[in-house]
Amino acid sequence: MTAKAPPHPPLYPRDWSRQPPALTPGYRTTRARSPRRRLIRLPDTPGALTGPLFSPEDIGVDDWDLLTNFAAPGQSAIGPRMIVHGRVLDENARPVPGTLIECWQANAGGRYRHKADTYLAAIDPNFGGCGRTLTDQDGRYQFRTVRPGPYPWPNGPNTWRPAHIHFSVFGHSFAQRLITQCYFEGDPFIPLCAIVGAIPDPGAAEALTALLDLDATIPHDTVAYRFDIILRGRRATCFENRPEGT
Amino acid sequence: MEPQTKAMPETASQTAGPYVHIGLAPTAAGFGIYDTEIGKDIAGPMAGGERIRVEGVVRDGNGEPVRDVLIEVWQPNADGKFAHTDKVEQGFRGWGRVISDFDTGEWGFATIRPGAVGQGAPHLCLWVVARGINIGLHTRVYFDDLVEANATDPVLNMIDPPAHRQTLIARRTEQGSQPVYRFDIRLQGDSETVFFDI
Repeated sequence: MTAKAPPHPPLYPRDWSRQPPALTPGYRTTRARSPRRRLIRLPDTPGALTGPLFSPEDIGVDDWDLLTNFAAPGQSAIGPRMIVHGRVLDENARPVPGTLIECWQANAGGRYRHKADTYLAAIDPNFGGCGRTLTDQDGRYQFRTVRPGPYPWPNGPNTWRPAHIHFSVFGHSFAQRLITQCYFEGDPFIPLCAIVGAIPDPGAAEALTALLDLDATIPHDTVAYRFDIILRGRRATCFENRPEGT
Repeated sequence: MEPQTKAMPETASQTAGPYVHIGLAPTAAGFGIYDTEIGKDIAGPMAGGERIRVEGVVRDGNGEPVRDVLIEVWQPNADGKFAHTDKVEQGFRGWGRVISDFDTGEWGFATIRPGAVGQGAPHLCLWVVARGINIGLHTRVYFDDLVEANATDPVLNMIDPPAHRQTLIARRTEQGSQPVYRFDIRLQGDSETVFFDI
């Protein structure tokens, strides 16, 4: 088999049965912000199959550690110390190495460090609430942070977001670009949330719940949760053993 | 062997929410944290080609500006090469992100005019996220002064009815040395922008 790999191997078409539709009336803001026409499916194009690439020079070595990346020297964010870690894989279960992950979250009280957040929970002077990192050769990533708090949001008369961390992932193709949210096992707000409920497939929604990972917990120090992220995979490449993106 | 069936399904998207700036543009959220915020400079100082600016506003179904939108841009250089596996000018990334003004919803970015790739007319790829958008929206920006190229672009020609193609054509508003293009995005309504499944 000497077939040459195409320069930008095509991806599997997106499985829309696993994705939230644009209009989910239970999440009120989608009503006026959802396109109503069908998306037009494009043939494979270089603009979709290529994408921006990032290197360690693009980020700081401490950006991954939300406990300290905004804290005064010797200080630390307030709240339950937590590691969130996992792997970025593609739909062929291959690791996605060297890809940029950015995250953001509320502090332990459920308050965001943002001009527009007026929730009465206190700002933590030692917590910024964002981090970024690159996956390693096996697609692994890790953030250290505090467990975010749930908070009220104006979707209904008494609606609360479950504790969550937002994740932004690039992959190696612009068509793999993904923003999602990670929830935490056992949170009673998960089944009540209209944003989680926007996902029609129960299994797809459940896959956004990070599980306690006792093996990765640091005894007497930090609990750990595991959250894997799956990006669209390449279709029919001849180079099975090549990691995604090489 | 070639994998033909998926081993696992893609992770579900969730909205970027109203506080996307904290993660992707923290200076706009109101605090400095990173030594360098990525995505501020699409083309870099060394890129060849014509310098242009693209501006617009995203409007919802009520005609209201979307004031918490974040848009990412992906484009080739003036020779139609992507900063991926192709060789491009030093500092040319071809990718950037822009957020709207919190009061007016207006956004704008500077870049270079992209070159054509294959048979297609020159265009920018955009990806739009915001509160109330469950999964990022892909669209394209074409340029109204490239009439002949647009007329033969295979993607524009896929769009039916043809009137909808106009939603992807940015209008040149500044005829000076640096062209400025206006590209408003409409999420709903009769002039809803065309979005793609790429």
